[in-house]
Amino acid sequence: MISNMKLHTFKTGGVHPAENKIAAGKPIETMPLPAEVVLPVSQHIGAPAKPIVQKGDHVKRGDRVAEAGGFVSAHIHTPISGTVVKIDTARTPQGMPVEAIYIKSDESDRQADAAAMADNTPKRTDTEIAALGAKEIIDMIKDAGIVGLGGATFPTHVKLMPPPGSKAEVVIINAAECEPCLSCDDMLMRENAAEIVKGVQLLVKAAGVDRGIIAIENNKPEAIAALTAACATAPGIEVMTMQVKYPQGGEKQLIEAVIGKEVPSGALPIATGAIVQNVATAYAVYRAVYHNEPILDRVLTLHNGTEGKNLRVSLGTMLSTLVDGDDYEKIIIGGPMMGRTASTLDTPMIKGTSGILLDKRYAHRRPAEACIKCGACVNACPMGLEPFLISTLSRLKQWDEAEQEKIANCIECGSCSYICPASRPLLDYIRVGKAKVMAAMRARAAAAKS
Amino acid sequence: MNVIILSIIVLGIIGIVGAAVLYVVARKFHVQEDPRIDQVEALLPGANCGGCGRSGCRDFAAACVNADTLDGLTCPSSGTEIMKKIGEIVGLAPVAAKPKIAVIKCNGTCDLRPAHARFEGAPSCAVLASLGTGQSACPNGCLGCGDCVEACPWGAMRMNLETGLPEIIEDKCVGCGVCVKACPRAIIELRAKGPRGMRVYVACSNKEKGALAMKECKVACIGCGKCAKNCPHEAITVTSNLAYIDYEKCKLCKKCVDVCPTHAIHAVNFPVKKVEPAQAAPEAKA
Repeated sequence: MISNMKLHTFKTGGVHPAENKIAAGKPIETMPLPAEVVLPVSQHIGAPAKPIVQKGDHVKRGDRVAEAGGFVSAHIHTPISGTVVKIDTARTPQGMPVEAIYIKSDESDRQADAAAMADNTPKRTDTEIAALGAKEIIDMIKDAGIVGLGGATFPTHVKLMPPPGSKAEVVIINAAECEPCLSCDDMLMRENAAEIVKGVQLLVKAAGVDRGIIAIENNKPEAIAALTAACATAPGIEVMTMQVKYPQGGEKQLIEAVIGKEVPSGALPIATGAIVQNVATAYAVYRAVYHNEPILDRVLTLHNGTEGKNLRVSLGTMLSTLVDGDDYEKIIIGGPMMGRTASTLDTPMIKGTSGILLDKRYAHRRPAEACIKCGACVNACPMGLEPFLISTLSRLKQWDEAEQEKIANCIECGSCSYICPASRPLLDYIRVGKAKVMAAMRARAAAAKS
Repeated sequence: MNVIILSIIVLGIIGIVGAAVLYVVARKFHVQEDPRIDQVEALLPGANCGGCGRSGCRDFAAACVNADTLDGLTCPSSGTEIMKKIGEIVGLAPVAAKPKIAVIKCNGTCDLRPAHARFEGAPSCAVLASLGTGQSACPNGCLGCGDCVEACPWGAMRMNLETGLPEIIEDKCVGCGVCVKACPRAIIELRAKGPRGMRVYVACSNKEKGALAMKECKVACIGCGKCAKNCPHEAITVTSNLAYIDYEKCKLCKKCVDVCPTHAIHAVNFPVKKVEPAQAAPEAKA
């Protein structure tokens, strides 16, 4: 392995949680199509999509069932053929009630889906794709309803169209997968390296630049080897090996690590000229352009502390159907650092669901003790904040002071809570304060506009 | 010796000069305040709970003194006696407000709602609400971390460790509404205290559809509407699968309590009826 001195990483803060990637190396299992799906209209950041089907309508696999509800929004497609049973509320894995489309398939639908899935040849030829312009690729991405699959679920086509006054220079592919336990991106890279590189080429072309960097942490040597081999025939695309450090996969941290530019406080990442996309997003872009297929499924890691597996699951599958039994007392949707505790598994899978962690023992916290003012959280914070301070301000509901201490810059990575020797739940309070302060800032901006 | 005397003289001079400056400034910037404000404030409890809708007891006292009528100006924590005295001081007739009390519209005790998730972060309802999680699957029920208990300035709430739900100590609750603001899930409501403390209310906030609500909690309101149909006073409305009893219209007949299939409607402080076993049997059949 290469010495850590040469590897790229970000400067401020960061922690090294135990990796626990026990599902790494387990091939991706494709789950059979569910007989029933629940498709929430809000699977992304931004305005919820608007349903365009009605109760009783028959839909085919890949049909659009909800239209983007605004500029920052994305279409929703159904992964199964079937009949729309009802449009009703459902809860997302984040616990928020949203409108959802319930679709149920019958025997003939399942046969039709099986026939459609058996044909896995690209629908567009290389020459057709070479002739595509940036605008056409972005339209295809938009039509496919692709959003950032790292977890933030920001619509991909919006990111590829920088606001006026800023110009993209490089596309960075986020393959760091710095979250412990998760290995879905790792396995996707090992198994689909050639497709990912094609997807990256499309993203680079769509952004109107000539350079794409795939940033991988060096705890994934197989993925690095596979992608390096696949990049040999792709001019302008390179693989960059990163030092292992959490939260390398944070957008701002990754930009700093790869091109050495810091995103100014309050500015968009495009201010540095970099567009960051997740590696799973690049694969989805490949599927959308080559196979003309909208995003219908994603890979997630199922981890119960002692064993793990990587599953390719259709969107809208109920999470409870993926888990055997109910022998668990804690559910985390996402990774152990940034994931959220969920109260039930009776929620549908959405585009941003990258992992399900279940366990009795794993990640149990020690009881919180008094702050000993050691400053470990300050050293760990990748945004250069003072977590102990903003956490306390937030707990005491001193929102104005919290805003002055830049609580809005927090990326909620959880490094502070992880490193705290007194086991204080710093991030929990910061999250509450950040939501309050951001809401107040938005209200002020809206008032200033009108 | 010399040093001690010198210091006494110097400090004495500084003290006299300081006193003179303070006296002059106090005279020059003296604010003429209505002395009745102080009198009214002295009668108030001084907890600054905000139950009157003012920012504190002194603000309320100033409002009373400057008001033309005492309508809408009531200190929920002081009795009618104190309001009468305040009325005498400011020369206005006090307007009696119906006494109110906080009720907790959730009865999902630990036994009644299956818990799947364990949350080990900060023990605060606000945190749990921000994560959209909770111990049980109910999206509207009590989170059980006691933000309301912490917020209560009267010590009128406590957590029942067996049920995992907060309780109102009726003698101490003044109906100020601080707990209502503290609850992120809005399950606490201020309701009329009722004659001799008798109240009927729906002890549930679950807005899910019936089957889902039943799965989440055995005593959830399933929105069946039986109570609304049986209410002779049209006091009950069912909106988004949840019944609500209007305490202004409720005549405390308790018909709804008997018909509720999940026992989500609670009647409190009613005298216990002594029913002979022989009489009770035919009633049950009917």
